[in-house]
Amino acid sequence: MATALKLYILSEEAPEGETYMTNQATDTDPLIIAGRVFFSRLIIGTGKYKDYAENAAAAEASGAEIVTVAVRRVNLSDPSAPMLVDYVSPEKYTFLPNTAGCFTGEDAVRTLRLAREAGGWSLVKLEVLGDEKTLYPNMPETLRAAELLVNDGFEVMVYCSDDPIMARELEDIGCCAIMPLGAPIGSGLGIQNPVNIRLIVEQAKMPVLVDAGVGTASDAAVAMELGCDGVLMNTAVAEAKDPLQMARAMRHAVIAGRQAYLAGRMGKRLYADPSSPLAGLI
Amino acid sequence: MFEDISAETKSGEEAHKAMKIIVNGEDQYFDAPLSIAGLLTTLGIAGGKVAIERNLEIVPKSAYDTIGLSDGDRIEIVHFIGGGA
Repeated sequence: MATALKLYILSEEAPEGETYMTNQATDTDPLIIAGRVFFSRLIIGTGKYKDYAENAAAAEASGAEIVTVAVRRVNLSDPSAPMLVDYVSPEKYTFLPNTAGCFTGEDAVRTLRLAREAGGWSLVKLEVLGDEKTLYPNMPETLRAAELLVNDGFEVMVYCSDDPIMARELEDIGCCAIMPLGAPIGSGLGIQNPVNIRLIVEQAKMPVLVDAGVGTASDAAVAMELGCDGVLMNTAVAEAKDPLQMARAMRHAVIAGRQAYLAGRMGKRLYADPSSPLAGLI
Repeated sequence: MFEDISAETKSGEEAHKAMKIIVNGEDQYFDAPLSIAGLLTTLGIAGGKVAIERNLEIVPKSAYDTIGLSDGDRIEIVHFIGGGA
């Protein structure tokens, strides 16, 4: 796969300008989740933006094909208020309903059943929170809810702690993607435990995506270089001073990190190793 | 015909006819009979982009016309909004 990708890149003629990197560069290396094929490995959230128009522009600039969405009560006092779907179209993006804000398995399952009815699809993101300050996942509740959802026919991508044993349990239950946190949601601290993320990646049979904690482009590249199949982020783009520019940066970082992972990095040495031949020195 | 009668003005014969429906946590009063589709029309909500739960049970879109509401029903009307991780 790495060779095919390399050949593809070599044959690509570089056009002018920063639009050079497109999702096309990963055509030989798609991300497959629950049988669905994606060419972008970046999933972005749709929260915290100034308005839906900025949100739509950032989604476009990021090249993402999947966006996470929340399920909330319709505002009865103003039912004609702008709606997400009028700006970010479910025809263009795969909507991934998530259960952000749910603190019990029951709430999460109830929310996703409503999401399935509203949208008509079964690919969802489960997230059961355990603590308001850290938004750290409640893993016993997550495991219970995941089982209920899988048995109810959902395809469950699951936010979880970066514990390899929990990740394995979730896979055994039948989740279609494992999504450990890199750092607390919205913290922007980057990948705090690369060793655990790597362990999860190595044992996983399902795609592994870092969900939460990315702060800037290098964090996304680190996640991908560890061998993750993708990265999910929201705040890093939405709270950047220029969200569109950051969305483009993230798109490039995810592609760069993936290609570096596939290329296989050089070994590290303690001392220098000259890059020019020593023979023929004058 | 599905005029909203607030709790304060609800009295006499009108109160007798009205049924209380709790919509998204708010008490609202409507004349019977009323279907889910009728409720959405009254509230000015397009049915295509929402999901509805009646007394904790999901109402399939195909049943909006046929399911009638009863006094005391708890209705949740939800849709997708922006949200992240």
